[in-house]
Amino acid sequence: MIKVRIPTPLRPLTKGKGEIEAQAKSIAEMIENLNASHPGIKDRLCDETGDLRRFVNIYVNEEDIRFLKGKETSLKDGDEVSIVPAIAGGSSCQT
Amino acid sequence: MATMKALVCRECGKEYPTQAIHVCEMCFGPLEVKYNYEAIKKGISRKKIQDGPHSIWRYADLLPVEGPNFLGPHAGMTPLVRAKNLGAYLGLDELYIKNDTVNHPTLSFKDRVVAVAITRARELGFETIACASTGNLANSVAAHAAASGMRAYVFIPGDLEAAKVLGNLIYRPNVVEVEGNYDDVNRLCSEIAGEHGWAFVNINIRPYYAEGSKTLAYETVEQLGWRTPDQVVIPMASGSLLTKIWKGLHEMKTVGLIDAVRTKINGAQAEGCSPISTAFKAGRDFFKPVKPKTIAKSLAIGNPADGYYALKATAESKGSMDMVSDDEVVEGIKLLAQTEGIFAETAGGVTIGVLQKLVKQGTIKKSDVTVAYVTGNGLKTQEAVIDAVGRPHRIQPSLVSFEQTFKVGKHGGGDA
Repeated sequence: MIKVRIPTPLRPLTKGKGEIEAQAKSIAEMIENLNASHPGIKDRLCDETGDLRRFVNIYVNEEDIRFLKGKETSLKDGDEVSIVPAIAGGSSCQT
Repeated sequence: MATMKALVCRECGKEYPTQAIHVCEMCFGPLEVKYNYEAIKKGISRKKIQDGPHSIWRYADLLPVEGPNFLGPHAGMTPLVRAKNLGAYLGLDELYIKNDTVNHPTLSFKDRVVAVAITRARELGFETIACASTGNLANSVAAHAAASGMRAYVFIPGDLEAAKVLGNLIYRPNVVEVEGNYDDVNRLCSEIAGEHGWAFVNINIRPYYAEGSKTLAYETVEQLGWRTPDQVVIPMASGSLLTKIWKGLHEMKTVGLIDAVRTKINGAQAEGCSPISTAFKAGRDFFKPVKPKTIAKSLAIGNPADGYYALKATAESKGSMDMVSDDEVVEGIKLLAQTEGIFAETAGGVTIGVLQKLVKQGTIKKSDVTVAYVTGNGLKTQEAVIDAVGRPHRIQPSLVSFEQTFKVGKHGGGDA
């Protein structure tokens, strides 16, 4: 089992739960499985092409998956995954 | 004031009420304050600003607060120093230093953003204020919380400069030292912010907090006699400061305070942590996170949340980005101190180092009106320069001892 920490914006999809469990051998598989048990999660995390959205950060045991193998990062029993929104301010000049 | 209309997602455009939220729940995009610029334009004028308080609050019409009870009443309106000596050294006709080393109360530009954040947090009913910080932000949150009677939690990386740690403890907030770098602190705080009803200034209050940086643009233009500079050089950590200065310049045009924005925006990073500058130089509009390794700890954010927008703003302005080595950072700090009498922290060394590089490359030209943003005070990062500044001349308390050390003529002159 893998422990997945869910950020506030996704909790409406997990009945308010901040932590759920999943079975998966990779991040990509984890997203598919989460989507099966909690429909809608994949659309929030991934864009139309299936890539992770720009402002989604995923960590496996505290390590950013960008430093591992991205969505192909492998998972094993007991791993802890955190999904964390990037904290950007943004700036629009089309004022 | 009530010039805020809503929070709006920067990516997908979905609107939210002006509460303590920072992420679009549909696409995870950052939320930004949407203003009613038509209403602001009717009420604002150069004269009204000049007659206002000598602080960031003279621009309250363009800040995301309701007012009129502003916390942090003395932040901002720091000197715009005409840097004639440094300008002459670099070969620039008109160089200015925007000197936030003397911001009130904690000697960095963070006093601006925290004044805005804590004012908004109080308006939203919060009693506890918190932050994830590379040091300066924590200092400012701790001081403002003390002065405002709020509880504070500040989270800092485990390897900070001594003065930045002490500069928290003295105000007696809860100081939490996290074993890890800033990116670890940031991730942890994002998770904590989801569990506790606190005002995390740079997380759930971020849409308001980040707007405080715009005041650096407003002040620069006002202090230049309502002119925009041709070139600005801005240090980048998350990239937020750069994007907000760009935004602030454009807002002044939108509300009719200036006619046009002709400014080129230039970003500065240290080589040991330069994900944004590296992407810019490679011509990419996305960056790859890095593990920071630099003495410029206040800029050591390996996964810069606003990096994407900083790249965009710089490209839109036809500006540039560059990076300097740690040795060049130290040289930059010394150069600024020895030409202008301003002691900057490491981030200031990065700015001056990159300024020098951009002039040498010809990116910034002799006649360009140039402003370099020096955002923090050197007394907080003494470790960075302690081995590079020499020692005092130690003498006996006698005239002979003095004159043996300094071959001074009877009428002045001479050095040891």
